[in-house]
Amino acid sequence: MSLLQVEDLAIHFGGVKAVDGVSFSVEQGEVFAIIGPNGAGKSTIFNLISRVYPPTRGTIRFDGRDITGLKAHDIAGLGIARTFQNIELFDHSTVLDNLLMGRHTHRGTNFVQDILFLPKVRQEEREHRRRVEQVIELLELEAYRKKMIAGLPYGVRKVVEIGRALAIGPKLILLDEPASGLSVEETRDVAFWIEDMRRDMGLTVLMVEHDMSLVNQVSDRVLAMANGQPLALGSPAEVQAHPDVQAAYLGTGAAA
Amino acid sequence: MRVVFKTSYDRDIDLHEHGQSRAKIAVLLAIMVALPFLVGDYYLAEAANTLIWALAGMGLMVAVGHTGQVSLGHAAFLAIGAYADSALMNAGLPFLVSFPVAGLITGLFGAIIAVPAVRMSGIYLAIATLAVFVIVEEMVILLEPITGGVGGIMAPSVTILGISFDRYAALPNFYWLCLAVVAVVTWGYANLMRSPTGRSFLAVRDSEVSARALGINVTRTRALAFGLSSGVTGLAGALMGHYIGFFNYELFSIFISINLLLVVTIGGLGFIQGAFLGAILITAVPQLISILRDNLVGIGIDLSGIPGLDTMIFSLILIGFIIYEPTGLYGRWLKIRTWFEIFPLARKDMFRRQKSYLKTERMK
Repeated sequence: MSLLQVEDLAIHFGGVKAVDGVSFSVEQGEVFAIIGPNGAGKSTIFNLISRVYPPTRGTIRFDGRDITGLKAHDIAGLGIARTFQNIELFDHSTVLDNLLMGRHTHRGTNFVQDILFLPKVRQEEREHRRRVEQVIELLELEAYRKKMIAGLPYGVRKVVEIGRALAIGPKLILLDEPASGLSVEETRDVAFWIEDMRRDMGLTVLMVEHDMSLVNQVSDRVLAMANGQPLALGSPAEVQAHPDVQAAYLGTGAAA
Repeated sequence: MRVVFKTSYDRDIDLHEHGQSRAKIAVLLAIMVALPFLVGDYYLAEAANTLIWALAGMGLMVAVGHTGQVSLGHAAFLAIGAYADSALMNAGLPFLVSFPVAGLITGLFGAIIAVPAVRMSGIYLAIATLAVFVIVEEMVILLEPITGGVGGIMAPSVTILGISFDRYAALPNFYWLCLAVVAVVTWGYANLMRSPTGRSFLAVRDSEVSARALGINVTRTRALAFGLSSGVTGLAGALMGHYIGFFNYELFSIFISINLLLVVTIGGLGFIQGAFLGAILITAVPQLISILRDNLVGIGIDLSGIPGLDTMIFSLILIGFIIYEPTGLYGRWLKIRTWFEIFPLARKDMFRRQKSYLKTERMK
């Protein structure tokens, strides 16, 4: 059975049909990309899955469970992590603390135990740190561990955000334009990390991306969208050859 | 520049990175404990007052500095703490019981009003807390049997296990009591900030949308922070009641709320140390100004005829801080310390605020 099943998903903001009748399913261990021109509704789909918005219509099932009615803060606990298109880090904390915040769903202590800093809290802190260090090692963030986010270059912030999502220990990771604003070398690193996530960590990846070289390199299947509606679904090559997709990006001869 | 060689995660989990900073705290604490033997009653009373303000400042810091919730209503929590403690003591409970219970009552009250209030943020939350303040002020006047109404009440004398901690009869004891409370709260606060709960506060402050995506229940976290904040402020209120001795609703005016906001802002938002530095500034500067004015009389300049001069000078200092040092006293100290630590490598623009990158538009 598919890890994530989206059926007839729709959200309307007044008269604007941001997403209108999109269905797809993401298999366990797959890298699934959503592409489309600006305003196609790609990020809105992410926001629907992470329950920022309630959908107008349709269902989202994760691991066989209907998550359409859950609260936004219940999603991480199920094993769905996400990044944001315009980096949403905690600017006044260090890289290490940002990653530790990703461990929130794994905390086993309450605030009273925390205030007294009982031995159990320290024990858990050590475990959180150990898990976070694995992420730091994977993403090569060692040099930035104790640096404040506010002073970091854009490319590093982008990576820290991926790290924070990985610190959750998710089954499914949603990457919202992981390569936007990155240099060619940095984009290549992202491609390697996505491979690592899939191969070594057994993660399923759902990503929105404009950089077609990255999409071609890592994704198994691609969904192309325009104006909130699906255009084509298939391998990267199939989707790019699809006439509707080419029309959406380049316009048709008739319209020009 | 000191580079700490860390060999275990515990070094990062510990409150202090190295022994020297632990030693500094110990020395500071020792001086504070010895203070009654070093200074006279006037300064000792001022020190106790500063400690009480620092305690209230820590209370507000949890909400404003660490969770990003502005409150103009914290004078109300001081009042609730003070009246609850006095009422419980008048009902026959010993101070050792009434004091923590007063804090608990205030904390619960804060948490309950927080559940609807913290759905708002920024200026809207400030107005909502101001409304809470007005309601509490009216309640204090109406609940005459407990609060003495407009006339006010006398705070019962504090006695613990037969030893007097009265503010006048045994000032050193009262001072040590304040110091002990402040030390314990500071320790708990520091623990909180190195634990998952403290991190969730910071997460909610800096980005609600990603806090949610990490599984943090934003409403519950903000209500918890507000409850803890009011609880600690309630403890400060109880001590303030005993410090003042005889008080009515006017002690807890809106100006106290504003002064408390100044304590945390000028001290340095987001730093526990900031609450202390702010409290020192807010309690010491008016005293310094009046001492200075008295000395000017000695050399033939009499400024006592100009009303409001003290307040004006005080306000100018505060405005200067807000314009030129928005990170507060502690932020300034960190900059000075860094300058010395990396001497001579400091650059002029090192602390210039950087333009931050675009944030995702607020969702919902």
